Amino acid sequence: MHPMGHVFRPADSIQAVKFRPAGPWALLVEVDSLAAVRALYARIQRERAGGWAPGLVDVIPAARTVLLDGIADQAALAAEIRSWSIAPSPPAAGRVVEIECRYDGPDLGEVARQWGIPPERVAALHSALSHEVAFCGFVPGFPYVAGLAGGREITRRDRPRTAVPAGSVALGDEYTGIYPRTSPGGWQIIGHTDAVMWDPGRNPAALLQPGDQVRFVDVTP
Amino acid sequence: MSGASERGIRVRRAGALTTVQDCGRPGYAHLGVPRSGALDAPAHHQANRLVGNAPAVAVLETTLTGVAVSAECDVTVAVTGAEAVVRVDGQPVRLRAATPLRRGQVLEVRPASTGVRNYLAFSGGLSVPRVLGSASADLLSGLGPPRLADGDVLQLGSPVSMERREGCALGELAALAVPGLVVHPGPRLDWLASPGLAALADGQWTVTQDSNRVALRLQGQPVHRRRGELASEGLVSGAIQALPDGHLVLFLADHPTTGGYPVIAVVDPACLPACAQARPGSKVSFRVAGGRG
Repeated sequence: MHPMGHVFRPADSIQAVKFRPAGPWALLVEVDSLAAVRALYARIQRERAGGWAPGLVDVIPAARTVLLDGIADQAALAAEIRSWSIAPSPPAAGRVVEIECRYDGPDLGEVARQWGIPPERVAALHSALSHEVAFCGFVPGFPYVAGLAGGREITRRDRPRTAVPAGSVALGDEYTGIYPRTSPGGWQIIGHTDAVMWDPGRNPAALLQPGDQVRFVDVTP
Repeated sequence: MSGASERGIRVRRAGALTTVQDCGRPGYAHLGVPRSGALDAPAHHQANRLVGNAPAVAVLETTLTGVAVSAECDVTVAVTGAEAVVRVDGQPVRLRAATPLRRGQVLEVRPASTGVRNYLAFSGGLSVPRVLGSASADLLSGLGPPRLADGDVLQLGSPVSMERREGCALGELAALAVPGLVVHPGPRLDWLASPGLAALADGQWTVTQDSNRVALRLQGQPVHRRRGELASEGLVSGAIQALPDGHLVLFLADHPTTGGYPVIAVVDPACLPACAQARPGSKVSFRVAGGRG
């Protein structure tokens, strides 16, 4: 089965949208799938490029929501978004970024157990999946790369590690995450990359941005 | 170094936590970058106005115990924010007023007696490398300059305005009055069990010692919230999360961009300076916007 096949169900549309005020100047738009988040976020980006909602400061996509921070009239904005007809955008819409990964992480065995396959097959399976950056958060440049939905979701460790090394490639829920710097973390580490996820001196500073397609390339020695 | 770059200040006593702050990094939250910036924005702007700077220029933000700096050049300084004794070479000077410092003079801000944070603006502004457009030290993600240490020298820019505000003292800002904080319901008010927001409006909360630039942590009669997990979602400054144990987290400028605990209410932005000045151990109460309280 296509690992992200579920996101193209006809039922996925932003008809199911809910608007939740977050203080006087922000609106949390709730939808029912990651595909709907992607479509809504892409539409907002397009509208902003055309000068829509000029006071908008931050737009934060997440798992099932998009937060709009910096709006004067929540009701008017909600009505306008409700009037949009948005088709789920195909996953090939974003740019493609390759991440070279050494599949040598300490939790390969646990991930293999959860997937019901031998540990030596984790690399082939993970790198064959279609991955897309759903959102960023946690620390600057940390991407939540969606690609495990539809049966490959991973349960986090019972006890988080106090220090997950920078460059660790780790799985949690339906996401692959890559740690831009050493931080605490409870995800299952399957490998490591030398890719620089975050460099404030670079433009853009974050290597991966919401909407990017990610291809994990197996470079395990 | 050229003569133009010799304007500066030297840190004599860095205090518990003194950082460089300006208006922070709006517009990068989708990359996981916190807003950051001065917690008490009106005090930040007031300090700059007093010395003739543009309001957004970088200043020093202290925490509870003040700071001492010496002038490496002639410079005009203003201290705003928390109530504190301010001295130049041991002689008291006015808070919230422009004070000229001669090269070599020492400006000391004593520990705050009311409030938490003082803001020190210098004519010409602090000249600190910017990261993503801001000189702010972001303590959550480590962006921006490190916290001040004894002996540090900070460069100052050239004053752009000849307008001096000496003799012009401004009033105390509302932040120190510590009123009931105005809160707006939602976005996850539905995670709060009966009696809903009344639990906030009727309760009294204590600011705990582990509060910082990321959040005020509030302890009181625990609120009753639904069990279960929420997918992570975007956060605004002032968001109040209800933790599984019923205690509250009220997010300030260095808050993470997303979070997974339900946000049951949001503090009105006009009350955020009061949050910035709420001391550990002090009591906080809430008033629901447009409603009872």
